[in-house]
Amino acid sequence: MGENILSVNDLEISFQTYKGVLKAVRGVSFELKKGETLAIIGESGSGKSVTAKSIMKLLPKKTTIINRGSIYYKETDLLARTYKEMEKIRGREISMVFQDPMTALNPTMKIGKQVMEGLRKHQQISKKEARTRAEDLLELVGIPNVSKRMDGFPHEFSGGMRQRVVIAMALACNPEILIADEPTTALDVTIQAQILELMKDIQRKSGTSIILITHDLGVVANMADRVAVMYAGEVMETGTSEEIFFSPKHPYTWGLLQSMPKIHQDNDLPLIPIAGSPPDVSLMHDGCPFAARCPYVMKVCHHNNPAQSAVSDTHSVACWLQDKKAPHIELPTGIRSDGS
Amino acid sequence: MLRIDEESIPFLYRELIRIKMEMMKRGGSMSKYILQRFLYMMITLFIIVTITFFVMRLLPGTPFSNPEKLSEAQLEIMNVKYGLDKPLAVQYLTYLGNLVQGDLGLSFQSQGRTVINVIANRIGPSALIGGQAMVIGFIIGLILGVISALKHNTIFDYGSVFLAVLGMSVPSFVFAALMQYFIGVKLEWLPVALWEGYSYSIMPSIALSVLVIATVARFIRSEMLEVLGQDYVLTARAKGISEEVVIIRHVLRNALIPVVTVVGPLSVSIMTGTLVIEKIFAVPGLGEQFTLSILVNDYSVIMGITLFFSALFIFVIFVVDVLYVILDPRIKLEREG
Amino acid sequence: MRKHDSEIAEELFVHAPLEERTSEEITQKPTGFWIESFQRLSKNRGAVIGFIIIIIISILAIFGPMFNKYEYNTQDLARSNLPPLVYGLERFGFDGTDSHGTNVYEAKSIANEAAWIGTDEFGRDLWTRVWRGTQISMLIALVAAFLDLLIGVIYGSISAFYGGKIDNFMQRIIEILVGIPNLILIILFILIFEPGIVTIILAMVITGWVNMARIVRGQILQLKGQEFILASRVLGATNRQLIWKHLIPNTMGPIIVTLMFTIPTAIFFEAFLSFIGIGIQPPLASLGTLIEDGYQDMRFFSYKLIFPAVLISAIMISFNVLGDGLRDALDPKMRK
Repeated sequence: MGENILSVNDLEISFQTYKGVLKAVRGVSFELKKGETLAIIGESGSGKSVTAKSIMKLLPKKTTIINRGSIYYKETDLLARTYKEMEKIRGREISMVFQDPMTALNPTMKIGKQVMEGLRKHQQISKKEARTRAEDLLELVGIPNVSKRMDGFPHEFSGGMRQRVVIAMALACNPEILIADEPTTALDVTIQAQILELMKDIQRKSGTSIILITHDLGVVANMADRVAVMYAGEVMETGTSEEIFFSPKHPYTWGLLQSMPKIHQDNDLPLIPIAGSPPDVSLMHDGCPFAARCPYVMKVCHHNNPAQSAVSDTHSVACWLQDKKAPHIELPTGIRSDGS
Repeated sequence: MLRIDEESIPFLYRELIRIKMEMMKRGGSMSKYILQRFLYMMITLFIIVTITFFVMRLLPGTPFSNPEKLSEAQLEIMNVKYGLDKPLAVQYLTYLGNLVQGDLGLSFQSQGRTVINVIANRIGPSALIGGQAMVIGFIIGLILGVISALKHNTIFDYGSVFLAVLGMSVPSFVFAALMQYFIGVKLEWLPVALWEGYSYSIMPSIALSVLVIATVARFIRSEMLEVLGQDYVLTARAKGISEEVVIIRHVLRNALIPVVTVVGPLSVSIMTGTLVIEKIFAVPGLGEQFTLSILVNDYSVIMGITLFFSALFIFVIFVVDVLYVILDPRIKLEREG
Repeated sequence: MRKHDSEIAEELFVHAPLEERTSEEITQKPTGFWIESFQRLSKNRGAVIGFIIIIIISILAIFGPMFNKYEYNTQDLARSNLPPLVYGLERFGFDGTDSHGTNVYEAKSIANEAAWIGTDEFGRDLWTRVWRGTQISMLIALVAAFLDLLIGVIYGSISAFYGGKIDNFMQRIIEILVGIPNLILIILFILIFEPGIVTIILAMVITGWVNMARIVRGQILQLKGQEFILASRVLGATNRQLIWKHLIPNTMGPIIVTLMFTIPTAIFFEAFLSFIGIGIQPPLASLGTLIEDGYQDMRFFSYKLIFPAVLISAIMISFNVLGDGLRDALDPKMRK
């Protein structure tokens, strides 16, 4: 894989809510390399979407506080850009696909116009050219009968078709990075596979880097080159897909993997849910955020948050179990069953 | 209703859209829908006509001025002249028949004048101040509402919200009376009352527009705040569209469509408002005629104006019903398909 | 802050799960709907002020007429058209001077019998009349609102519970009623019967209940379709339990809010009718008749208009602001 195209460093984001200031992202770092797919996984509320939106500067202006950190796209820090400057990056350099295709399209604007809108903004082309290009795009994402559907309104499209339109819109200007925020969560399983296949196909053709935000490990296994596991606004573990699936180091990753059903799995092996529920980020303490639910929790975890420690060049994990002083814990059964 | 709940309207509006879409999915078409609305309009109108007719017969006292001066024979002649000697059913049918031909009968008070004639003479000033009030109200209300939504939770927002509450709360006749006193009597900026030129229409129009401003401002504000929170606005921003274009092309357009629904209730507010506003500013319009007729028991004119107002209102509702189905593409396309 | 291992002592690396109780403390205690709504409402400054003003006005409406010795209908031509006079507040215009600047009290040498906010042409004390009028306006509004509530809740719940043809029919009736400008209906009703408190109340109720019925029906229909109702049914809840545990608490919010908006509407209608001369008849006073009287004498005795005008505006604003606050506070969508 090539050089970093995007790197997020020690990002911390808070929100002003009516209950007070709430820290949603707490020191997140990760890189995206050119042409790869990075999956960010975690339960809802783990700060995945907030991180993604902050890259696009799409968080609500008034209530968002970026405490520290930087987001480098190529050579420039996106956080230092003004909203006006970001307009040139959004849609052209970095695009985003949102979770719910049912609400992501303007209900009173024709599909074609919505696809053309971004094209006309970023590329100096005539209306006619934009229309031809939009038709090509819709064809590319597999919309049948394009020239007629261009004048259709979103409510005439099925969920899967709408998501294709949203993807077409995102791809309109050949962006370097595509951020897909749970692109398949709201879709039927069969449609999910089609959409994922479409995204893979497009990546093969155009070399776009993808940040895939999801809580579905199946999707991750299918798509991702590398994975970042988030919990309560922090990155717990990062590594290549192989590393995360076959030799995970963090008890939270273990928990995630144990709670995921596998086709080839021995039927006797139970699915093990992670005990407890995700913490309320407004009530966080100094320790490891997973401490309250971790089956291997140690005294140190309650008051000290572990730093990232490298397992290999590509694999790092934030867990006190990696410490030399920590007791050795066997990888739970059911995780290595895939043969490593 | 005096007060239009701007939160319940979007809800009702969405509900209506849903019902209509369902209806159309079951094989209904746009023309069928319009026909159905038209039928409703006619039924409502018929019921109002019937109510008005019987109310008129129920009214206490005789409709003639100074009945005590009239002899038995004269009364008899009058009764025959106004058709009051026939059985109620016959009177009712005659009434309906005349109505269809646009005949609302004779005024009981102004000798020899038909009710239609009275209404025709009075409609001009009312239409002028009512129309001006709507236009002023929508423009200022729109501006206030947009500022409020875009500057949500700032001093601008609080300011226009407060103005809107004020406009919604202070009764129009109180506002009109105070305005007449301070601007007309004390400051002498505008003519106090009467109808002798365009400047005479300004204060009545402003007094009538207050409620329109308040309603539209509140409605636009809450609709825009709702649309601003929608995913498609985020999508538009993610495309790199500039914020101004996002607001105009995506937010405002979607927020404005449901505003049609307040036109109906607002037209009632304006009609009701003319009753008192015209009295205060001595505008020779329908409202003033109405209050005057109430005081002198000119029942046929009261009923005529009642019918006229009701018919106008029902027609506005019908137009609005049809209009928002046309404006909202979620429904429009079903018509073509 | 994340720490590196070198700073941490070895003895901390032992298994130490949280005790049950401490781990429970992390999750937040759920607050009741009504308590939370009340907390939200009390944070809304406008609504609190509105509520306080309503309380103050209500108290004054009840006890205000007792503050002086005048009855609302005591005529005394010697005291006719007295301007407002309050000793100590002369600076604020309560100085007993008329529009020409002469002190009427001194001219009539009755300086020891000040009318706080003046008197009308018959010498009736306006302070007494204004509060008496508020009393009547509020009474009309409260009774009308209560009747609206009663009819609306019954009609709306019957319509929603039975559904099908009955619902359809009942809704058609409402649709037609909504199609008629309600003030016109009210005026017709009053023309048939004698103007008076009862007539006004009944006239307003004729159309007023429709709104409430729609809200109640909508709310119940929405609830009927929801899964938690089905779930409670599956778990064996009786109809009675459903009504008390789910339906009433869930419909109460919108009902209270609608009620809050019905009251100012009723006050407005009463004033409106009195203003065009078919409302409350003299010597009884209501805010509407007082404004009408004041309006007639506005040019030379502006105080007659200003006091009732300010009062009715204050009442309307307070109810509207409180209603808005309640709506925001009771809206379950706001719960997080």
